Amino acid sequence: MAGVSDSVSAQMGMHTEPLTGRDIKTKFTLRNEGGFAYHFARDVDFNRRAEIDCADLEPSEINRKIRELMDSGHGSIVLRNPGAKHSLIVGILNRMNFIVEGSLGYFGCGLLDGPNVRISGRVGWSFGENMMAGVCVIEKNAGSTFGAALRGGDLVCKGSVGSRTGIDQKGGTIIVGGDTGAFSGFMMQRGRIVVCGNAGKNLGDSMYDGTIYVGGEIQDLGVDAVPAELTDLDRAWLARKLTMYELLPEKGVDHFTKIVAGKQLWSYDNLEPTERKLVL
Amino acid sequence: MCGIAGLIYRDGARNIGGEMTAMLQALKHRGPDSTGFAIYGEPGPSEYIMRFKVAEQEDLGRGTRIRRAIAERKAAVDGLLDELGVTVLNQDGPTEYASRYRIAYDGDMKDLADQMEEIEGTEILSIGNALELVKDLGDAADVSGAYDLGGFRGTHGIGHTRMATESDVDIRSAHPYWAYPYNDIAVVHNGQITNYWLMRRQLERSGQRFVSDCDSELLAVYTAVNLEKGMTLEDSLQRSIHEIDGVFTYLITTRNELGMAKDTMAAKPMVLYEADDMVALASEEVAIRAIIPHEIDTTDPYDEEVRVWQA
Repeated sequence: MAGVSDSVSAQMGMHTEPLTGRDIKTKFTLRNEGGFAYHFARDVDFNRRAEIDCADLEPSEINRKIRELMDSGHGSIVLRNPGAKHSLIVGILNRMNFIVEGSLGYFGCGLLDGPNVRISGRVGWSFGENMMAGVCVIEKNAGSTFGAALRGGDLVCKGSVGSRTGIDQKGGTIIVGGDTGAFSGFMMQRGRIVVCGNAGKNLGDSMYDGTIYVGGEIQDLGVDAVPAELTDLDRAWLARKLTMYELLPEKGVDHFTKIVAGKQLWSYDNLEPTERKLVL
Repeated sequence: MCGIAGLIYRDGARNIGGEMTAMLQALKHRGPDSTGFAIYGEPGPSEYIMRFKVAEQEDLGRGTRIRRAIAERKAAVDGLLDELGVTVLNQDGPTEYASRYRIAYDGDMKDLADQMEEIEGTEILSIGNALELVKDLGDAADVSGAYDLGGFRGTHGIGHTRMATESDVDIRSAHPYWAYPYNDIAVVHNGQITNYWLMRRQLERSGQRFVSDCDSELLAVYTAVNLEKGMTLEDSLQRSIHEIDGVFTYLITTRNELGMAKDTMAAKPMVLYEADDMVALASEEVAIRAIIPHEIDTTDPYDEEVRVWQA
């Protein structure tokens, strides 16, 4: 298998340093397809569909019902009347389909690894936090810290999102159909953020790596976030991703601005502890 | 953490008391220590509503001595009002220690407030033509039930569920805060103000008085002073973002307005729903859904965003 530094994403400037140490690739390799599922994952049938009416249920009861349905082999679950309740559909480490007919509150769809989630309403703060794989598509708006510490998968909000989108992002792709607030991409380490609308102040502040694409205006850039050239590879990837989620602007993607890390902060971070003491 | 909520109707009075109760009850998990309401009724001509307390709820555990003291303090209040020529049109005592008086008075309201608070244990919660400020220990259902707010009709209101962090669990430290001694101004706040003492000392040097050590009270007094200088509510909110340090989202109400401001970091949450006839805001959407169960379009205001709505 080709090394990370030879990969297309590396050629796109997604990451420039070699990955070392224990990471997700040591457990899940393309050569070992069975490794993509956890040993405890339920054997579900996507054609078996069930519905949960959340109207009179507490979040813990709803999450328990989800697990009971998964245990019984249901691979597609519909949540009706979610009423913006918090912490729904969390910690799902299975290939699953979820359809949410309404809105979720805080910390929805956190710690996911595998599910495909469609939400017809909006979501609150910290949606998709620490998601490792899967796809979540939200039709309306989202709150702040959307996709915080995202590690993999696609997180798509077709409306606008709050502040600190993709804070501490470690991988995956966040796509915003509208605007994003201040400090988006703050301390981002890897992955991609695509904003079709405008971005608030301090975009990409203290980002270590990764790429941010903005279709509208950028209020200002944060520390160590710098513009970069939009390549043909970027354009092709943007067009493909935005088409996939029906967010491709009529005028295409040529107008997008690409932001990457200037990496001036790294010289400090690379110091050994003893050297750091000397600096201090 | 604390939860805040606000509601304003643009087309006349509704059951503001019942709806604010439902919103705040949905935010109980953000702060179970105390709950407060600042709700605006339909004012009568040249009348004021005065809400005050003569003891804390926790004082009642001290037996018969405090009950005797409460009776003496109430008598002292009545005597003072009589002495100052205040006409008490109506009086209710929703709890042993809190009272609501409807009064007529054409004298100096600050002098009245100052003299009343000289009576031991007495604290004025609010004075206003339309404002009624109620706060006590317990969740929204407890407080609303004890003070009979479930059917209160009015145009707008704000409320707060408190998780005590920097001061005691008592009524004095509960929100909302009235801007002593200005009519009809109240504030609820979620956050921390880091230049509180600097700002407070500046306001105290100009003659303002604080009844608590809670940073949220600063916002009420700060706004009242700005409005007295002729500033609009929107200008005051805008100015506060740059003059007040810290992380905060706050809601402020006057006799006919509801305003909102978010700090430069947008660190504290707020969800906003706007319709033709009403506006609802809360720390969490689940509070708005407590009064509007069907699907709605809501947004998160951004950093440094200021909004004002008229009743």
